[in-house]
Amino acid sequence: MRETEDRLRALMLRGMGGDAAAHSELLRDLAVLVRAFYGRRLGSGAADLEDLVQETLIAIHTRRITYRPGEPLTPWVFAIARYKLIDHFRRRGRRITEPLEAALFVTEAGGQEASAAASDLERLLAQLPEKQRSAIRSVKLAGLSVTEAAAASGQSESAIKVSVHRGLRSLAARVRRSADRAD
Amino acid sequence: MRTEDLIAQLSRDLAPVRRGAAERRLAAGAGLGAVISLIVLLLWFGFRPDLVPAAMTAMFWIKLAYPLSLAAAAFLLLDRLGRPAGRGGALWWSLAVSVVIAAGMGVVQLAMAPAADRMGLWLGHSALQCPFRILALAAPVFLGLVWAFRRLAPTRLTLAGFFAGVMAGATAATVYALACTEGAPAFLATWYTLGIAGAGVIGGLLGSRLLRW
Repeated sequence: MRETEDRLRALMLRGMGGDAAAHSELLRDLAVLVRAFYGRRLGSGAADLEDLVQETLIAIHTRRITYRPGEPLTPWVFAIARYKLIDHFRRRGRRITEPLEAALFVTEAGGQEASAAASDLERLLAQLPEKQRSAIRSVKLAGLSVTEAAAASGQSESAIKVSVHRGLRSLAARVRRSADRAD
Repeated sequence: MRTEDLIAQLSRDLAPVRRGAAERRLAAGAGLGAVISLIVLLLWFGFRPDLVPAAMTAMFWIKLAYPLSLAAAAFLLLDRLGRPAGRGGALWWSLAVSVVIAAGMGVVQLAMAPAADRMGLWLGHSALQCPFRILALAAPVFLGLVWAFRRLAPTRLTLAGFFAGVMAGATAATVYALACTEGAPAFLATWYTLGIAGAGVIGGLLGSRLLRW
């Protein structure tokens, strides 16, 4: 992961210097990264997956002046991808609480950060009751719709919604508490 | 369109990006808006008739320095909030400090004045008009900032909108100070701040719509 970050950062800097070939290579690599990011959350067969990937590449290209040379590149890329994903959900009418969603969408930058964040997330989820945990995994992490999650688990749609809502509230409270302690 | 073709198209005619491009873009948007505000001010009010003698007084420069300090702090905040996952950090405090200092000066002035004069000092002759004039003059600056944001990537839209409003209001208030003949710190601290805060609130309300990308 670290060498990916270094390689991508070097390509980005060369692209910002005007090197079109480096910029193309960067966009191709970022397309792969971003496609995997959305694939994990929308399901890799999702109809608008590639549209979303292209939208994100356009955003990365058009707004590249917001990348500060010298700072990590992959967090910048994934912050854009998260924003585009939340916007995608918003346009399709799903209710989102942005800060919490941002916390739950695990940062993918750098192997150490990713596995630390992933294990943080696992630890938090493990503290929830099974019903809330599996509802959150299905709807929020695997990206199933409420209908699909209800069908898969044999519960009613409103039961799923209640589980997700309570589980997220509980997670938010735990994250806030541990953040307060960490400060 | 295939993604491969999109990438080829994006890489065609690639313009280099120089350091500080984001800051320059923000400054250009606000600057152009400020020039328009100044022109509007001159057409609407003209400079204050006593501009030259007023420029000898400390209060004239305080009336410029206060909103300018807010505009500068807001600019630095927008530079951060315009980037993905950007956070303001301790910059919030610099805004609060400016407001507190101005308020302190106002309170001191009123406290030292004879009780009968206080209301008059505080309201001046244009108390209610002042915030609205500032709001009106803020519009071109705000639009300039919205233009600047077309190349930025804010992920907290309401907050970015709010500080764009604050920067627009503060820039407008600086311009307005060239025409405004009020002289009391208490007036400055109240009515200018109200206009700037109002611009911020409007910017925050419009942010999620105008700054979306």
